[in-house]
Amino acid sequence: MLELRSVSSRVEGDIFVDDVSLSLDRGSINILLGPTLAGKTSLMRLMAGLDKPDSGEILFDGESIVGVPVQKRNLAMVYQQFINYPNLTVFENIASPLRVAKLGSDEIKKRVGEASELLALSPFLNRNPSELSGGQQQRVALARAIVKRADLVLLDEPLANLDYKLREELRSELPSLFAELGAILVYATTEPGEALVLGGYTACLHQGSVQQFGPTLDVFKNPVALQSAKIFSDPPLNITKFESSEGICIISGEERELSFLRAKLPNGSYSLGVRPHHLYLTPTGSDDLVFKGDVSVTELSGSESFIHFDFQGQPWVALIHGIQNFKEAESVEFYVRSKNAFVFNADGIAVDIKL
Amino acid sequence: MASIELKNIAHQYPSAAAEPGPYALSALNELWQDGGAYALLGPSGCGKTTLLNIISGLLQPSEGRVLFDGIDVTDLSPEQRNIAQVFQFPVVYDTLSVSENLAFPLKNRGMARDKISERVAEILAMLGLSDRANEKAHSLTADDKQKISLGRGLVRTDVKAILFDEPLTVIDPHLKWQLRTELKKIHQQFRHTMIYVTHDQTEALTFADKVIVMYGGSVVQIGTPEELFETPAHTFVGQFIGSPGMNVLKASVDGAVALVDELQVPLPDNYRKIDSGVELGIRPEYISFSQKQGIQAETVSIDDVGKHVIVRCKLGQQIVSVIVPEGQSVPDKPRLIFAQEKINIYQNSVLVRPADQ
Repeated sequence: MLELRSVSSRVEGDIFVDDVSLSLDRGSINILLGPTLAGKTSLMRLMAGLDKPDSGEILFDGESIVGVPVQKRNLAMVYQQFINYPNLTVFENIASPLRVAKLGSDEIKKRVGEASELLALSPFLNRNPSELSGGQQQRVALARAIVKRADLVLLDEPLANLDYKLREELRSELPSLFAELGAILVYATTEPGEALVLGGYTACLHQGSVQQFGPTLDVFKNPVALQSAKIFSDPPLNITKFESSEGICIISGEERELSFLRAKLPNGSYSLGVRPHHLYLTPTGSDDLVFKGDVSVTELSGSESFIHFDFQGQPWVALIHGIQNFKEAESVEFYVRSKNAFVFNADGIAVDIKL
Repeated sequence: MASIELKNIAHQYPSAAAEPGPYALSALNELWQDGGAYALLGPSGCGKTTLLNIISGLLQPSEGRVLFDGIDVTDLSPEQRNIAQVFQFPVVYDTLSVSENLAFPLKNRGMARDKISERVAEILAMLGLSDRANEKAHSLTADDKQKISLGRGLVRTDVKAILFDEPLTVIDPHLKWQLRTELKKIHQQFRHTMIYVTHDQTEALTFADKVIVMYGGSVVQIGTPEELFETPAHTFVGQFIGSPGMNVLKASVDGAVALVDELQVPLPDNYRKIDSGVELGIRPEYISFSQKQGIQAETVSIDDVGKHVIVRCKLGQQIVSVIVPEGQSVPDKPRLIFAQEKINIYQNSVLVRPADQ
């Protein structure tokens, strides 16, 4: 088990990792989700022991790893850029950590054989990496992480430089590849869709701090903070502010009796968040929330329509099935099941509205 | 802006061997309309960047001619072709301010000062960079630098075409949405001829009026996003577009019935009898579960990806993906209904039209 206890790290006064506590189990896949500069790579470097935290503890199976040289720990890292030895064959590239560990040639042959089989690299073992496609080159890097039988595998946006379809393919293979090894897998990505396909556990990172950590689907469906709902939405989360006063809610000047908030929110300012796929063009029930606006642009993807509209000065987007072509400035009305709306207080903390 | 015509364009990269290399691009004849938004979509190595470079003049085609508005530009340099280009990685002058970067292409063309400031202000507002106009570019994040690159591509209104080579690949997902919709709005407003290269289907489909799908140096289909989704001309297009892509099942066809592993699937039209190399294509979006009717299948895996659930079912010896709406239950042994009108038939990977068409 890898444990981070109140870990912080600063570089020249800037906070890169802010009071992070996480515990990751063997055999689990853990996604660090957040935009560029959210602290994903900084956190991985701390887990790897490449950087020392300014405060807090990092324990592997109960023992501190702070100060233990990377070479003495059994871990593997794969980066966004494909890193292979250009002058070695694919076989030798995959075998390289085993040569360093001075394993016997039979054992090396066996392990390289298994890993290359898993990653469909067997036909290319005698080639040089430059003769492979980008996807195959990244598979070589992944195979090197596998043969090592590392306890901790850190993957930093490993698929970001690959084609969309290749990404889809490798992404669906990855969890099972590493699950069998019993390693702790940590995977950094900027893409919510990637986290959802990988499953496992997700930590939403915002400005170096973990907003929420839990089973991926649970974090997606039940965000505890506005930031984690925002980070975990693609297309972006639709947000509007509202005031609650004596049980009446005022959304952008318009008074509304929000029946689902009957439990009565304390007076104050709140944010309402709705995911784009929860907006419908037709009513779904009596307690629907209605949002009206003017269309700014419609994007069609062939099977879905992304309708961008202006809701009280905020850019909103609806993801609608089928082809729905609205003209610019056309007025539209969307319906949202109240159970699909998120409510956050002024501090950005989720308010349980399903009381 | 201009129309772009490709006449018998083909390209082979020079090779060290005596024999010329394989065709990176094979014979193309295309006419792209003035003011159209086109996307070149395909995996790495499909020839899309080669084609873009031939249009921009960075690459001389080994065969064929390129025409802008009917005028042969094949022998002209990129500068002489009067085009704007945006690349995957930001190209900015670090020592210049944000607005100086945007003004650069206009200054080069000798535009009057007041006109320059007017146009730069417009672009700054569009990109949401107005309050950072005077900052030096080197202090910006990679995302903001790429915004400037986009702005520089859009700043001149007198170009023949604007060419984009994967401009959003390195951008964070949220900003991607913002920039993509901005581009779309700009296109609807100004009707520049735009050509956009990408491997990302969502980008291609949402941006373009017409998408050119490429594979192995050839164009496999040109169509609207809807055409590519509904009637892929080739199984490659069906599988490349969509997440997951179209299900392609081995089958045989006779009349208005297809047989998939001895299971009968009714078809919307009559087909001539074909036995060999036949495949049935149906998108996961167009398969639904039923209690009583339909083809008996077995659930193999269920993946909840948030907005919907992807169920993989075993049908005979083959696996099909089904997209199930959020909140719907998944039986162990579902019966599958294929939306009849959405079935496409392929022979040797190429779309087969019904007998009476």
